[in-house]
Amino acid sequence: MEGFMYPNEVELQWSVLIVLYPFLTGLVAGAFILASLERVFRVEEVKPTYRLALLTALAFLIVAPLPLQLHLGHPERSFEMYLTPHRSSAMAMFGFVYLWYLMAVLVLEIWLDYRRDIVLLAESSRGWKRPLYRLLTLGSYNISAGALRVDDRAGWLVTLIGIPSAFLLHGYVGFIFGSIKANPWWSTPLMPVVFLFSAMVSGIALVLLMYMLTSLLRRTAIDMRCLDTIAKYLLYTFIIDFTLEMLDLIHRIYESDESFRSLDFMVHTRLFISQIVFQIFLGTLLPIGLLAATQLVKFTEAARKRIYAFAGILTMIGIFAMRWNVVIGGQLFSKSFLGYTSYKMGFVTREGLVPAVILLVLPFVILFVLIKILPPWHEENIGALHADGTD
Amino acid sequence: MTLTRRQVLLLLPAAAVAWESVLAGNPEVAPNYTTTEHWWGMLLDITKCIGCGSCVRACAMENDVPDGYFRTWIERYHVTDWHIENPHVDSPDGGKGGFPSDAETGGRNFFVPKLCNHCTDSPCTQVCPVGATFQTPDGVTLIDYNYCLGCRYCIQACPYGCRFFHPTKHTADKCTLCYHRITKGLTTACCEACPTGARQLADLKNPKDPIHAFLKTHTVQVLKPHLATGAKMFYNGLDGSVR
Repeated sequence: MEGFMYPNEVELQWSVLIVLYPFLTGLVAGAFILASLERVFRVEEVKPTYRLALLTALAFLIVAPLPLQLHLGHPERSFEMYLTPHRSSAMAMFGFVYLWYLMAVLVLEIWLDYRRDIVLLAESSRGWKRPLYRLLTLGSYNISAGALRVDDRAGWLVTLIGIPSAFLLHGYVGFIFGSIKANPWWSTPLMPVVFLFSAMVSGIALVLLMYMLTSLLRRTAIDMRCLDTIAKYLLYTFIIDFTLEMLDLIHRIYESDESFRSLDFMVHTRLFISQIVFQIFLGTLLPIGLLAATQLVKFTEAARKRIYAFAGILTMIGIFAMRWNVVIGGQLFSKSFLGYTSYKMGFVTREGLVPAVILLVLPFVILFVLIKILPPWHEENIGALHADGTD
Repeated sequence: MTLTRRQVLLLLPAAAVAWESVLAGNPEVAPNYTTTEHWWGMLLDITKCIGCGSCVRACAMENDVPDGYFRTWIERYHVTDWHIENPHVDSPDGGKGGFPSDAETGGRNFFVPKLCNHCTDSPCTQVCPVGATFQTPDGVTLIDYNYCLGCRYCIQACPYGCRFFHPTKHTADKCTLCYHRITKGLTTACCEACPTGARQLADLKNPKDPIHAFLKTHTVQVLKPHLATGAKMFYNGLDGSVR
């Protein structure tokens, strides 16, 4: 501790788990928006990642509320948010936005898109898989051309509803922070927009990395047209995101209100590594530079793949650092603007490093299971169908 | 009458809410006390505070406040002519044991007692996801400890640092303005313990309360007025350097 903190401020209230929460929901929103590019905006190039993006979004969405649950003093009371939500609270809406997004958008869209495959797999698979797929059909076995047309139309409509829902999901997470007038580090109307674009950046980068990784593991060729297009979208959204963040920064510096000196000191000391080094230089400027270079210079395929993978990893680090700087950074200074505290992360404590790492790995485990149950690769499905002789 | 499955499904959420209400029970009733006849606040006279810490000790004892956490505390300000915007402030153990003598010379020294401002438009009650923290009809912000999730959003939303996370209840906690006392006609523990009368409980709805005469003849201020929280802790002699 340095300077003066109000006595109750010495203890940080929101830990690394609350850093994970916007990080995970951001990945969900971003992955979904990338998937919707193909479905609604007919960007055919990204089609190979459509299903993978949806499953990635679902895997991360399943895990998203877990850090919150683990953080609550009384997790057993969390259902009260559904029974007696406080309408003026941004956080109270989380349960509803989450459920809407999970059930009405993501699960429904995945089900509609996979319905034909599920029906065929329910008929062709044996053993424990058979009842599972039969359950997943929800009793709907009609895969006639007419029924599939209806599915496609309904899926399109769900995606159309899904885009503003994805915006709502993550814009709202930004609002949770942006609406706290007591905290000048958080309180800015730009916060929901910054969160939204950073979500898109992280989600696109994640799908890009997952596509490259799964192609590597499956030993299949990467569709470079797809990869180039995703990288291009990553660059564009990154530029918008960075512009918004710089706008916020310049505005703060120029206005220099009562909190400025305190926040400025914090950025130059306690947040220097995570904000200046990780978020801005390594996590933003470097990947933007790398991605921009691929647009300006003609690199070989192998070089582009390496650049995209490197830029993708840096992007993920940068966005995680951004979430860290918002959540943890917002608690390092006193609301008296006269002092600073520090954050000491536990290791195997309830809100320590180990649970955080487990929660970061868990979506990948879930995604692995989802991919096993619902293979997102078209050729495999076709193979399965041919083996059964039904297609 | 027979219920269809659809009707049962429709009734379930309503039944759950009703059951919640039954579990919540009735609030404790204080005889001869009508909440709508009062509007509580407090007058804190900085010119009278000597930083003895009696109020902090009394509060901790009365409300079983755990060590290291504070429902009320005292800050000591040291302001020099050149550093009005950057005063030196300390509050060792919330001022519970008083303050060590100040070695600093020059400038002004004064004490500022702090506690929940029981704001009329309190940011903490606004953000609570389940309404576990609420304002009573007599203007006191309270927490339902059997309902609070422990999400700590209210702690983040309080501009004055008045809330803390109770280490054993695992809920948010803060000053209740000794609601168990004031609804029985008593004053708060901190006001009662103050040897100089620097703290005075005020009922703004009571025309006979001395606060009205005081407000007419003194210049009082609330903390962080620019945040428009409707704070009801009125400070006499509040220096511009106080945060």
